Amino acid sequence: MPADAAARSKPLTWRREAFREAVRYIRRNPSIAIGAALILSLIAFAVCGRFFVDWNDAFPLSGPPSRAPTLDYPFGTDAKGRNLLAVMTYGTALTLKIGIVAGLLGVAIGTTLAFVGAYHRGWTDAIIRVVVDVLITVPALLVLVVVASAIRSSMSTTIMAITIALLAWREPARKIRAQVLVMRESQYVLMARLNGASTARIIFFEMLPNLLPYLSASLVVAVAQAILASIGLEALGLGSPSEPTLGMTIYWLMNESAFLLGLWWWIVAPITVLVVLFVGLYLITVGLDELANPKLRVRNS
Amino acid sequence: MTFLSICRRLGMFLLVVWTASTLIFFVPRIAPRNPIQDKLLTQLEQGGAAGDIKALVDAYNVKFGLDKPLWQQYLAFLGDTARFDLGQSIAYYPSRTIDIIGGALPWTIALLTTTTLLGFAIGTIIGALTVWRGSSSFYRYLVPLLMVFSAIPFYLIGLVLVYVFGYRLGWFPLGGGMGIRTSFVWSVPLVLEILYHSILPAASMLLSTLGTWALAMRGMMVTVQGEDYMNFAEALGLKNRRRFLQYGLRNAILPQLTLLALSLGHVLSGSILVELVFGYPGVGQQLFRAIQHLDYFVIYGIVFILICTISFAMLIMDLVYPLLDPRIRQSSAAR
Repeated sequence: MPADAAARSKPLTWRREAFREAVRYIRRNPSIAIGAALILSLIAFAVCGRFFVDWNDAFPLSGPPSRAPTLDYPFGTDAKGRNLLAVMTYGTALTLKIGIVAGLLGVAIGTTLAFVGAYHRGWTDAIIRVVVDVLITVPALLVLVVVASAIRSSMSTTIMAITIALLAWREPARKIRAQVLVMRESQYVLMARLNGASTARIIFFEMLPNLLPYLSASLVVAVAQAILASIGLEALGLGSPSEPTLGMTIYWLMNESAFLLGLWWWIVAPITVLVVLFVGLYLITVGLDELANPKLRVRNS
Repeated sequence: MTFLSICRRLGMFLLVVWTASTLIFFVPRIAPRNPIQDKLLTQLEQGGAAGDIKALVDAYNVKFGLDKPLWQQYLAFLGDTARFDLGQSIAYYPSRTIDIIGGALPWTIALLTTTTLLGFAIGTIIGALTVWRGSSSFYRYLVPLLMVFSAIPFYLIGLVLVYVFGYRLGWFPLGGGMGIRTSFVWSVPLVLEILYHSILPAASMLLSTLGTWALAMRGMMVTVQGEDYMNFAEALGLKNRRRFLQYGLRNAILPQLTLLALSLGHVLSGSILVELVFGYPGVGQQLFRAIQHLDYFVIYGIVFILICTISFAMLIMDLVYPLLDPRIRQSSAAR
């Protein structure tokens, strides 16, 4: 059907143009690339760690306590005999897992709500909008702290991820709703509707593919925020005491008097990993923000 | 701005405070724990009053109104909060919640308001200078450094500062708001001691917020520099300093003020981790302790105040902003 083809070609060229524009932007402004390189190296560190070091050494009393870095223990061991190299790789993997699960859940919930509201408009949309607007003013860390402490008795990493996801859907819901509102009025959606396509077909085959750039950007931001939230919560001591995540190592070194014992390597190892993680996530999110919103870009004139 | 739109904004403020309070009321109740039983059991373990625990728990439940059905408790909570009656602490019975908060609030406000304002002032100026054509290239090299510092959360910076300047070099105290043995009588040495104790926490907050302010200002300054009136000012032959302050900074700073209102509103909630790292006796520390003891009434009290300050800051910002910037009319502010 020629009309259908014409309707389809528009978003396609638009997509290709946007993609080219993105590539051009990234090439001129390398912050996304640098950020991605930092995060990828951390992922490689977490994945390869499993082959070089026994992850059982990430748990208490498997090595000699308070050992300075040597060839056997490149990052040293802490006061309870955890091998810090094992803790760092295992913890990075665990923390990334929490962030990815929570980010995916958050974006999934947010997108669903955005579609439910924005596609049909009316009072469902009004209610969802007010709820999102209200919840966005509530400080996330605060609610998370209260939730986490309330269900403390069974705070596994899965529950941590779900708890964080409970608040991670607000931003995606708001941003994607705005996109859906624009999109449902667009030519190709109109054409599809005139051609008698069902709502499900329009949403899954016309709108979602065109939303992909936004969805993936939202996902990265949501994952980044989920990781930061989980580390903050764990540093407060609200994580699972049996799982050596990155946040828990901060909690341990604050509570097991790493300072008083003078174990500098116990402080250096997690802080190095965390700084790489934070800087990487920051560069990626800032870069994505500028990519989506050209007003924010600082031109090097 | 019309009367109607102000009323709508006020209605939104009340809606936000009510919804958030409701959320905070129900969330701690998910816990399958009874704070009163926990408290009495720990007292028993420490060799306190032995006896019929069950009867005691029941008596305290009645005392705190925890024996009633949840919806009745919720209504009572709404009524009490509306009258600013925050009740008594469970963990530190019979201390009143309002006294616990009142003792901690000045610490937090003094430390965080000062650092927020300082960070805003210094960060804004540095940020503006990084892209100003007439400034030295030194500022341009600061940008990557600012990026790194704004990416790292302040508790990590705080940890490093405590380790280096507290433990290694011993220049500063390791924590606390003042010396343990110092009595709280206002005098010059006491003020100096409090200041001395606040240097490290303040520095960690400053370092991490500085970058955020600077980078935001940098973005604005770029836009402003492209405007016609900047070229005009240059053509007029105005001095660099005057162009920077009166033409550049003054026009670019407006969006920063919005952020400032927001971050002043977030001062209290941002304090939890920094106060824990430094053992600073503020609201965040109290909130954390309350959460550990599941001390419902202290949690409600502190969080209620937090929600009020944040929503209030946003309300003020929305109402004042059209006055500052005539370009913003209410129609566009409604999104």
